[in-house]
Amino acid sequence: MMEWPILSFLIWLPIMGGFGVLIVGDRYGARQAALLVAVLSFLISLPLYFAYDAVAGTMQFTETFKWIDSLGIHVNYDLGVDGISIALILLNTFMTVLVLISAWDSVKERVAQYMAAFLIMEGLVNGVFMALDALLFYVFFEGMLIPLFLILGVWGGPQRVHATIKYFIYTFAGSVFLLVSLIYLYTQTSNGSFFLPDLYALTNLTEHAQLLVFFSFLVAFGVKVPLWPLHTWLPEAYTQAPTGGSVMLAAISVKVGGYAFYRLALPIVPEAAHDWALLVVILSLVAIVYMSLVALVQTNLKKLIAYSSVAHMGFVTLGLFLVFKLQGLAFADANLSGSVLAVQGAMVQMISHGFVAGALFLAVGMLAERMHTTEMSAYSGITSRMPVFAAFFTLFAMANVGLPGTSGFVGEFFVILASAKAHFWVALIAASILILGAAYTLWAVKRVLFGEVASSEVHKLKDINQREFCILGVLAVAILWLGWWPEPLTQLMEGSIREWMMIVSPSDLMPVVKGS
Amino acid sequence: MAAFEIARPEIFLLAALCVVLLLDLFLGKESRVVTYLATQASLLTTILLVYSSFFNRSDKTVGLDGMYMVDEMAGVLKIAILLISILAFTAARKYLRDQDMWRGEFFVLGMTAILGMLIMVSGYHLLVLYLGLELLSLSMYALVAMRRDDAQATEAAMKYFVLGAVASGFLLYGMSMLYGLSGTLELNNLREYFVSLPGVATNLPLMFALTFIVAGLAFKLGVVPFHMWLPDVYQGTPTAVTLFLSSAPKIAAFALVIRLMVEALEPAQGAWSQMFMLLALLSIALGNVLALAQNNLKRLFAYSAISHMGFMLMGIVMNTHTGYSAAMFYILLYALMSAGAFAMLIILGRKGYEVVNVEDLKGLSARSPWFGLMFLLILFSMAGIPPTAGFYAKFAIIESVVEAKFVWAAVFMVVMSVIGAFYYLRLIKVMYFDKPNEQPPIEADMDIRVLVSANGLLMILLGIFPGILMGICDLALVASRL
Repeated sequence: MMEWPILSFLIWLPIMGGFGVLIVGDRYGARQAALLVAVLSFLISLPLYFAYDAVAGTMQFTETFKWIDSLGIHVNYDLGVDGISIALILLNTFMTVLVLISAWDSVKERVAQYMAAFLIMEGLVNGVFMALDALLFYVFFEGMLIPLFLILGVWGGPQRVHATIKYFIYTFAGSVFLLVSLIYLYTQTSNGSFFLPDLYALTNLTEHAQLLVFFSFLVAFGVKVPLWPLHTWLPEAYTQAPTGGSVMLAAISVKVGGYAFYRLALPIVPEAAHDWALLVVILSLVAIVYMSLVALVQTNLKKLIAYSSVAHMGFVTLGLFLVFKLQGLAFADANLSGSVLAVQGAMVQMISHGFVAGALFLAVGMLAERMHTTEMSAYSGITSRMPVFAAFFTLFAMANVGLPGTSGFVGEFFVILASAKAHFWVALIAASILILGAAYTLWAVKRVLFGEVASSEVHKLKDINQREFCILGVLAVAILWLGWWPEPLTQLMEGSIREWMMIVSPSDLMPVVKGS
Repeated sequence: MAAFEIARPEIFLLAALCVVLLLDLFLGKESRVVTYLATQASLLTTILLVYSSFFNRSDKTVGLDGMYMVDEMAGVLKIAILLISILAFTAARKYLRDQDMWRGEFFVLGMTAILGMLIMVSGYHLLVLYLGLELLSLSMYALVAMRRDDAQATEAAMKYFVLGAVASGFLLYGMSMLYGLSGTLELNNLREYFVSLPGVATNLPLMFALTFIVAGLAFKLGVVPFHMWLPDVYQGTPTAVTLFLSSAPKIAAFALVIRLMVEALEPAQGAWSQMFMLLALLSIALGNVLALAQNNLKRLFAYSAISHMGFMLMGIVMNTHTGYSAAMFYILLYALMSAGAFAMLIILGRKGYEVVNVEDLKGLSARSPWFGLMFLLILFSMAGIPPTAGFYAKFAIIESVVEAKFVWAAVFMVVMSVIGAFYYLRLIKVMYFDKPNEQPPIEADMDIRVLVSANGLLMILLGIFPGILMGICDLALVASRL
């Protein structure tokens, strides 16, 4: 079983399947073919979870062979996963299945191309989560822009062109500096290697170089996450994207940014990250508070969820960079509990936000399909016409608020708990999301779901059908399950996070660990 | 006879083109396809001759009294030139018929141009290099002027001719200075002379000669500030000629720069590489920025060509094996991408109709999903977005630049390539996001369809396995001692 190149399968099966669907074309069952590929990929990703040795927390299922070995450039096709990657890969393969099902009836034009774009994107994103070679990572990281670009631009809303090009240029501009940084790091390694552990082991970087490399990472990944103030592409892109596009952006694409911080930025330049952690913590707090306030005044439902997404992703960067503020404390009590809690919170938040934001966008997509608008003023009194839908929507809204018992609570609670150890004010500001989030979410729920039936369109609405019920039902189960019993997820991640802490700890702090 | 063996492919091509020229005299318009087939057959045979006699060698072989030389690099470049020319001629068949220009001269002049390129690749003597260049240029002037009753084409041809002649003059003047200094025309003797010359980096007459040579080469490559002719020529020229002009001759120009600057004048590298680096960076900046404002597709590709040449030159000026190989990899891919892009414009044309402006591409993806996808791959490759092949070309160049400790230049280059990405995205936006104005089906024969599809698919295949072509360039230059 271990010899089976399961990771390569997870990259190439969706990509090849995507091209296959393109060839099959619109006439003959593109939907069924695409769904088959997506379900197969999901099934193939399940053994990762069961066969992964979570206690060891090391890179497993590794694959390696020479990819480019000329011009004095050595790049290997190195794949491997740890607990974090597995969780994200599962999220990706799972959400892709749902997105394809949700597009079953709602996408009518160029169906095969739509399905193919999502499959190809699934494969490329899996590649991002598996790459252990920095250049390979970069190729997948950039490559996933192409299908997203087409999804947004071809099937998006009226202002899609502006939103799409803005999104592409933002991300591309952010990541070219990453490329230069990676090449620079490559030239600094003794044997010329893009292999991530070799980059982690670099000790000969000057302070100046570390700083520049760190900032290139911060810009490249900060655009993806997005970190305030690099987020301005996001509301437009989310609003203009088709339902599937919004879901993949919110559930998957932004997670790539968080993952990249975890896999590249912090371990490669821990000293610079340590020195500048406060900056990122402050930016994250600004995102949490400011974006929540902005969400409060939105009149468009999709925009509101978009801003709320930025606020929630603030917890991811907050948790990751809090590590450096906690390290001094945590190493003293030797079990690293504070730091592990912070990172774990960030990672759980990523998964949870994937489910919650995905579910909200899917639900809004169902409404928009019926009403052809996402302006909240057009809605009122949905509850009386669509009671089942309203129940689901309320649940997802509660998860977005972070109500205990839903997945939204777990990640945020962990991060707030950890930040309380770091500094009282950090915890207080971070915790304000519980109030602000409740304010904008509940207000939106009130305006959309409750009240009098405002218009004849709302009056004619039909409740969700079985297909839609299944999609929302599965997500509701996932959200509640993570909320009540997050242990399978936290256990999957914990070993890997401990391994990671060893790499991230700046060298001057390491003796503390050894001494204790 | 044995002495001529070293130039066997070129001699065959010369004979073949004379035969084709005569053959065409006896053929009417209806049977001109014979000329076309004979041309393609001669090119294929030439490839075989190049491959069979002068390939896989581990050293340079100099012949014809030190005037001619073959090595592995020459072999690879010649085969690339011939293959791209075959693609160009295949596309030209459709174009010339559609636009009522179906005449034999195109093929004959095309073959003389190819002969000139092959000579440029293998010349090891200043005069031979110059003659090869002139053979190429004169054939090109005539080709550009082929649509002689069209004002724009005539203007383009005049501009090209006048500026090209000035550039040739510059180059020849610089060469004569070199001869005056060293008393030799052979490249290896030149190199020996300059190696032994004390204070070569500050030798004033040599700097004088270098300036003229660099200016002449910059003209031919079309790098800023000697780029003025390029957009006008691209625009005015019949698309089939633009395709040819924009692809294969760039490879020959690369060879010329390598032979002249790197092989002969390597001792003075410090001086000329500074000049070239400045020109290259200017080209990358100006080419990308000016392309943003273009609405004419050919002008747009002309400005993109300027920036691509800048990128390629950055590899050469690094003066490392990695840099040279990266530049070679870049130029081969660029020729392929450029040929593919123009062939795509030809495919989309039909009788009496040409694709001219960006708007003409509207809704291409809805009209023809397959060719839309192929064009998309070529454009993303030009923009340098992974996983297309163009990314690895840019990556290899930037790697060599960073390795040579020019990190600031690398940053500058990537910033400019973000600007560049914008106009390629604009084309993709028009193709994919806009509704088509009209929906005429694409009329094209199987041969051009297959070749353009192969070209597009190659972008993604070389993107997944970039090591293949990189390895070829690497080994060729190792064998050529570069």
